[in-house]
Amino acid sequence: MEPLSAEILARAQFAFTVSFHIIFPAFSIGLASFLAVLNALWLKTRNDTYLTLFEYWKKIFAVAFAMGVVSGIVMSYQFGTNWSVFADKTGPILGPLMAYEVLSAFFLEAGFLGIMLFGRKRVGPGLHMFATAMVAFGTLMSATWILSVNSWMQTPAGYSMNEVGQFVPEDWWQIVFNPSFPYRLVHMVLAAYLTTAFVVAGVAGFHLLRDNDHQASRRMFSMAMWMAVIVTPLQIVAGDFHGLNTLEHQPVKIMAMEGHYDSHPEGAPLILFGIPNAEEKRIDYAVQIPKLSSLILKHDLNAPLEGLDTVPDDQEPPVAIVFWSFRLMIGIGFAMLGVGLWALWRRWKKALYDDRWLHRTTVLMGPAGFVAVLAGWITTEVGRQPYTVYGLLRTSDSLAPIAAPAVATSLLAFVIVYFFVFGAGTFYLLRMMSKAPGAESTKLNEGPLRTAGITPATQVKSDALDKQSRTTGADSTDKHSHPTGAQEQHDGI
Amino acid sequence: MEFDLALIWAGIIAFAVLTYVILDGFDLGIGILFPFVSEHHERDLMMNSVAPVWDGNETWLVLGGGGLFAVFPLAYAVILPALYMPITLMLLALVFRGVAFEYRWRTHRWKGVWDVAFAGGSMMSAMMQGITLGALVQGIQVSDRAYSGGWWDWLTPFSIVVGIAVVIGYALLGSTWLIMKTDGYIQNRMRRYAWLTAIATLGLMGLVSILTPFQDAVYFERWFAWPSLMFSLLIPLLVVFCARGLFTGLTDHRDTSPFVYSLSLFVLCFIGIGISFFPYLVPPNVTIWDAAAPEKSLSFALVGTVVLIPLILMYTAYAYWVFRGKINPEEGYH
Ligand code: HDD
Ligand code: HEM
Ligand code: HEM
Repeated sequence: MEPLSAEILARAQFAFTVSFHIIFPAFSIGLASFLAVLNALWLKTRNDTYLTLFEYWKKIFAVAFAMGVVSGIVMSYQFGTNWSVFADKTGPILGPLMAYEVLSAFFLEAGFLGIMLFGRKRVGPGLHMFATAMVAFGTLMSATWILSVNSWMQTPAGYSMNEVGQFVPEDWWQIVFNPSFPYRLVHMVLAAYLTTAFVVAGVAGFHLLRDNDHQASRRMFSMAMWMAVIVTPLQIVAGDFHGLNTLEHQPVKIMAMEGHYDSHPEGAPLILFGIPNAEEKRIDYAVQIPKLSSLILKHDLNAPLEGLDTVPDDQEPPVAIVFWSFRLMIGIGFAMLGVGLWALWRRWKKALYDDRWLHRTTVLMGPAGFVAVLAGWITTEVGRQPYTVYGLLRTSDSLAPIAAPAVATSLLAFVIVYFFVFGAGTFYLLRMMSKAPGAESTKLNEGPLRTAGITPATQVKSDALDKQSRTTGADSTDKHSHPTGAQEQHDGI
Repeated sequence: MEFDLALIWAGIIAFAVLTYVILDGFDLGIGILFPFVSEHHERDLMMNSVAPVWDGNETWLVLGGGGLFAVFPLAYAVILPALYMPITLMLLALVFRGVAFEYRWRTHRWKGVWDVAFAGGSMMSAMMQGITLGALVQGIQVSDRAYSGGWWDWLTPFSIVVGIAVVIGYALLGSTWLIMKTDGYIQNRMRRYAWLTAIATLGLMGLVSILTPFQDAVYFERWFAWPSLMFSLLIPLLVVFCARGLFTGLTDHRDTSPFVYSLSLFVLCFIGIGISFFPYLVPPNVTIWDAAAPEKSLSFALVGTVVLIPLILMYTAYAYWVFRGKINPEEGYH
């Protein structure tokens, strides 16, 4: 057997670590916004259900967020360890964007996270709401910058080259708002919202199957189903625009996604399924609808579309991966739409909480968002191959001068550590989710709630409140004390 | 007026790294002290004292790395491959340590596992940070814009000594932080550890300072040439002053002053390293100006940085203020 090259190993390592990483942000971007909404609704309506839900998802958020942070720190160093030539060449352009991400997003999240998790009693409801909103805003800022970075690698703009072969900035506006950035940002943020909505729906469905009178489960089920029915159509439209944009800027990627090995001068078919055959350069057993691809991409049944036969072999991405991952994402998108419409219909029939098959389906669809997100990213990234900066810098020219055995060792270490650590984390998340919101909270489910600085007197008081709230089945002491006045006073001591 | 943007940026990165060292230093230190405190209750307390702030502390490390990528891409592209193994080990160690903050509260059966992850992760990342520093001081071979040394160049007796110095120094920061945040039994215990780690830290600082000039003759010249000679004399004096303050604070059972003096010791070490390095970013070949990104990148990044860093410092200070004061040993964790 031929030993694996350093390039393949480094690519595998990047793909592995970033795939793990993206799972957590996809969830925490959506969940941070959901928490901000829940907290705002609680402050506005004083309906305890919202507080119960906030406290419930807050703990889940804390665990997912920690996993996102540690896997993200690995990413920010990996450009240097494994892709140092890439880092040297693109640093002048991508570096400042990532620095802005750190300054405007990561610090914001990290700075306010502590207050959001532990500080409600210390700062009062207004500032606590502010902190919660800042965490949500921080996650969105983070997505904005990193997607600008990624989009620039897909559709570079606003640069020139210097004498040592670095990309140097000419126009920052064009760099940040490069041609594919707006599409990618919208598509990714919607993806994160959908992912979260389906996790919430899955958890709610699970608890409704056990007890369909459970107030908090009903509330979150309903909220998630509204998200599904409103956001999925938006996502499909956004995805369509995204595809048209890609056709304009990265036509070869579209050829691979569509499985168009051959050019079609008189209207290209939409290949629904089939098996890409790389040797013979054709799709075997294709099930296709004539001319539909031209209609979707060019809005004209007979528009000619070029195929991969017009592209030199060494500039093609691996077709099969892109072809499949794209179909997987689309399939999940339409499945999500189906669930959303089904729920809308049941809601209209006033049977949203009684349809056990709907609840079962949402449990099954709970992880669907993650699968779609990964499939989407694989389409995007593998479709960009064999380049790191599309059309300009080849992947094989981006590599760090690290020998294959070293890369293989670190890859192995990452695989073992990630499966162990994130496997345990996933287990804890699922265990937390399997308890109904507001259920008798065990010792375990509380976070490190109290930290420095509460005087013993306050402590006694809030302990008493805690016991009280536990016996009444709620999660938090806050519902018992009006957050204005009294609370802040004794915290200030 | 012409600004030397590269120089300003070198200052900002140095500031970020220093901030990282003094902030994350004490919370890594708490992990390093974990094995020496066996009671569950005390461990809970120790971890709780940093739970709301550790993430912000660690973000300075991301700024250090990300900042290097942004403004000194060549340095980033040379240092990370040269230190491939210590950096990878540090990242993996930080993974274990970071998740332990949350996982520890989610399980009874595996609490011990995450205690080990927290302690081991903290110790390993501190060690690797020290080794990284030591390897930088030794110098990194560069040719043709890439690392050209061997794979084990970083591992020398010198870098290991620096690694140990950082581990023990962080433990000193951790113990003095806990003196400030706790009282009673655990505070007394920490006072004892602070004594030990303070003596060891000072000893190791001395050892590293003596060894450094042997790594490269340039360091020797730099320390004994005007105008840095002034600092060469001043810094040891200040170290003595801070050490005195630290020991007096410990003897007099002060709460805050040991922590402040320990931090000052770190700042002084950092300035010392700065004097040795300047004007190199990657000794002995790459200067600040060689590694700098084009002017347009430096100025674009600078605009936001001068606005955002003060803002960050403000809300970080606010977060610390919200969680100020002693932890009540009775309140524990439930
Ligand atoms: C900031 C830039 C950036 C971002 C946000 C992403 N990637 Fe990427 N990706 C790269 C920058 C990059 C890269 C550095 O450019 C790689 C490394 C090697 C390569 O060819 O491109 C890459 C490769 C790469 C590969 C290997 C492709 C191949 O070798 O055929 C996969 C599967 C992914 N990525 C997956 C992802 C996923 C799931 C992401 C979701 C967050 C993602 N990427 C975000
Ligand atoms: C290769 C590219 C990426 C790098 C280098 C990277 C880097 C990082 C780093 C260093 C952190 C930790 C920040 C902290 O200390 O708080 C982080 C967290 C985060 N990242 Fe990434 N990231 C990448 C891709 C992405 C993508 C594609 C998205 C979303 C579209 C994203 C969104 C986030 C969010 C929201 C967080 C906050 C933590 C969390 O929500 O789990 N990142 N990332
Ligand atoms: C069914 C309708 C959908 C269409 C038509 C669609 C279209 C697309 C296209 C064309 C791309 C590739 C862009 C490129 O050229 O790089 C893409 C990427 C992506 N898709 Fe979808 N998509 C759909 C549904 C979904 C769903 C339901 C999710 C997740 C919940 C999702 C998540 C993603 C992600 C994360 C990416 C990669 C990031 C990006 O390029 O924006 N998509 N999508």
